[in-house]
Amino acid sequence: MKPLSVVVRTGCDMFAWFLVVFGAYVIIHGDVTPGGGFQGGAIVATFVALLLVAHGGEKVLGWIKLDIYNGFLTTGLLLFLLLAFSGMGNAFLYNFLAVPEAVAQAGGAHGIIPPSGTIALMDIAVGLEVAGGLTLIIMYMFKGSIMTNISEIGGETGHDNW
Amino acid sequence: MIIGNLPFLTVGILFLIGLLAILREKNMIKIAIGITIIESAVNMFLIVLGYRLGGDIPVHFLKGEVDAMVLPTPQALTLTAIVIALATSALMLSVIMLLFKHYGTLNVDEIRRLRG
Amino acid sequence: MNWQAHLPALLLAVPLLGAFATPLFSLGGKTLRNAWFIVVSTFVFLIALALWHEVSVSGILVYVMGGENFALTLPSGMKYPVRIILEIDALSAFMVLAGSITSMAGAWFTLSYMDRFTGISRFISLYFLLTVGMLGMMVTGDLFNFFVFIEIASVASYGLVAFWRDKPQAVEASFKYMLLSQVAAMLVLLAVGFLYGKYNVLNMGALGSVMQMGLVEKFALAMLFSALALKCGAFPMYLWIPDAYAEAPASVSCLLVTVSQASLYGIFRVAFSVYGLSMTNSVVAWAMIVLGLLSMLIAVSMAVVQHEVKRLMSYHAISQTGYMLLGVGIGLLVLADPQALAEYGFTAIKGGVFHIFNHAMYKGLLFLTAGTLFYMTGTRDLNKMGGLIRKSPITATMFLIAAAAIAGLPPMNGYASKLLIYQSSFAIHPFITVVALVTSVLTLASFVKVFQTAFLGPEHKALVNAKKVPATMIIGMGMLTVAILLLTFFPTWALSNLVEPAAKALVDQAGYIAAIMGGAF
Repeated sequence: MKPLSVVVRTGCDMFAWFLVVFGAYVIIHGDVTPGGGFQGGAIVATFVALLLVAHGGEKVLGWIKLDIYNGFLTTGLLLFLLLAFSGMGNAFLYNFLAVPEAVAQAGGAHGIIPPSGTIALMDIAVGLEVAGGLTLIIMYMFKGSIMTNISEIGGETGHDNW
Repeated sequence: MIIGNLPFLTVGILFLIGLLAILREKNMIKIAIGITIIESAVNMFLIVLGYRLGGDIPVHFLKGEVDAMVLPTPQALTLTAIVIALATSALMLSVIMLLFKHYGTLNVDEIRRLRG
Repeated sequence: MNWQAHLPALLLAVPLLGAFATPLFSLGGKTLRNAWFIVVSTFVFLIALALWHEVSVSGILVYVMGGENFALTLPSGMKYPVRIILEIDALSAFMVLAGSITSMAGAWFTLSYMDRFTGISRFISLYFLLTVGMLGMMVTGDLFNFFVFIEIASVASYGLVAFWRDKPQAVEASFKYMLLSQVAAMLVLLAVGFLYGKYNVLNMGALGSVMQMGLVEKFALAMLFSALALKCGAFPMYLWIPDAYAEAPASVSCLLVTVSQASLYGIFRVAFSVYGLSMTNSVVAWAMIVLGLLSMLIAVSMAVVQHEVKRLMSYHAISQTGYMLLGVGIGLLVLADPQALAEYGFTAIKGGVFHIFNHAMYKGLLFLTAGTLFYMTGTRDLNKMGGLIRKSPITATMFLIAAAAIAGLPPMNGYASKLLIYQSSFAIHPFITVVALVTSVLTLASFVKVFQTAFLGPEHKALVNAKKVPATMIIGMGMLTVAILLLTFFPTWALSNLVEPAAKALVDQAGYIAAIMGGAF
């Protein structure tokens, strides 16, 4: 993929990181505003898509290290399962951090743990995971589109060449 | 009565258009688009089911003065269905890309090595 | 008491943890990743065994996901259950047992079968996700949750069928499978939407208690039945099965058999426990009987002429599904008539349900032996094989046991379940029994052909240096063989302890609903 003109590239450079910030905002406020884990994660993944379209594929392949996104994926998934298992005293996926309504109305719901309990934390875990996962999908589809060394019919099957 | 049921008629028409696309089209990408249209039709059906006349958003402390709320459960169901549709579309497009690399054509009639 | 009550959630959470943690473990090398694979698969099998024991001791198990108490289905005076509830009765526990055995056998088989390919950590994650989807389909008590697990299993299987992506046939098979399966899943979602829009409940037990038959319910039943019949391989919509089963790696084919049975379980659950006695006419029952007969006969006649091993076996999978549909369809036909039910209907249901377990065992073993043949010779074409009994007599023995079981030769377990179906179908109309017997004979004929071509006879010149079969593949096949032999040598125990509670749970709609609604039904 060839890079687009300098106007497009400058526009992309100005706005790219704001996409990540906006995506993080949608993820973190997922329990009170529309949005949440999946939607915010998809917005964060458009960061890589914008870079790919504006700067061309070869440069982006040099910038992006796929291991970071693999790490996001695995961390998000394991954090979700950790939160799910923590409520095992009562039931699986039990919301053990939730603040009851009376306490929240009386102003006792400030601090790092939000009053919705594990919902907000699971939102963050899912957002992390979706951002990593969708970015991996975009990067692998791009690599697939430039792949030229597919083996001939009947050749040895199933080897990863990249 | 037609005006009240207009969303459901739209769902039916979209579903039929998607089904027609899958059955009649020869280009693989158009078939994938047909599946996306069917998925959008079913998602729209789920959301329209939850609407109550004159209802406001289903958050207790953020809604206005109206007493009725739209149902929140179909919104959760639709979100799940949209995520599933995304995963399947991504996989389908990747498979179409691989098929194009192997066969050199996007025509469904020509990729028939499996027979019998 | 503590950990036993959490078993339903552990059944789904442990393979999910296995799927998500595999990338971490594969950082530590191949041995660590293989060890994690085997440990989690064995753990799932042990949980399934404990779950079956618990259900046979204490009746229906109910688990509320995310509630204050795991058994609190109707919190604080509500009239309908509001959370996702897992409900495990004897039929679910029976199918979970079958599924976990095939998953464990496939896991052992994969260790050396896929050894020379890269990307195996992704394969293992997808394999665990397929297991989670299958087990979730069998234990859930909520219609939308059933749809979500169908999609989890389907998406994982699309990836696994196309795993050998350098082979164009595999990718083509995955594409065609994807098209049909997605349309079916959308029909299931549409049906769930119809039922939700009319009754405002998603829980299967609660739906069963308020259901009244009308135009909307008939439409939803028709859509659910046809979509789930497509996913399990009944007659008019079976064309994806030979392609998908043949092109997938052998351990995945072994697991996909049980995944299709889970869709069959879905049909039974909807027809018996959600609709049950409120079905006014017997259209669905006759549809099941007719589709079962057509699947049996047409699939087996197409199987006899195949010359590729795994394609032949997948046609047989379709025809054996016909037996299950026939058996349970006869039971559904006489559900409202207590005398006929006690005479031959219950026997038919027992035969159909027992056949599910037998089929999972022997069909899984057949696919694994076909994988062994591919590993030894590098080809799946029967015309190029011959005389392999000298290279691996153990594989030949296991193939012989599985082939005798599928053909229904006495005293194997296949014969026991087929006999129950023959006996009960004779009471409906003798023609059905004749068709079933002819199918058995044709099945026997095709497997005699396969055995003679592949194993007996003079050795092919090209096969002089066929590879030796590694030990882990033999262990994987051995597990299924042990299960078949146990069912063969203890048929009365199996019938009265495994099958009869499952069949009783299927026809007992009132008990299913009462476990959720707390006896207010």
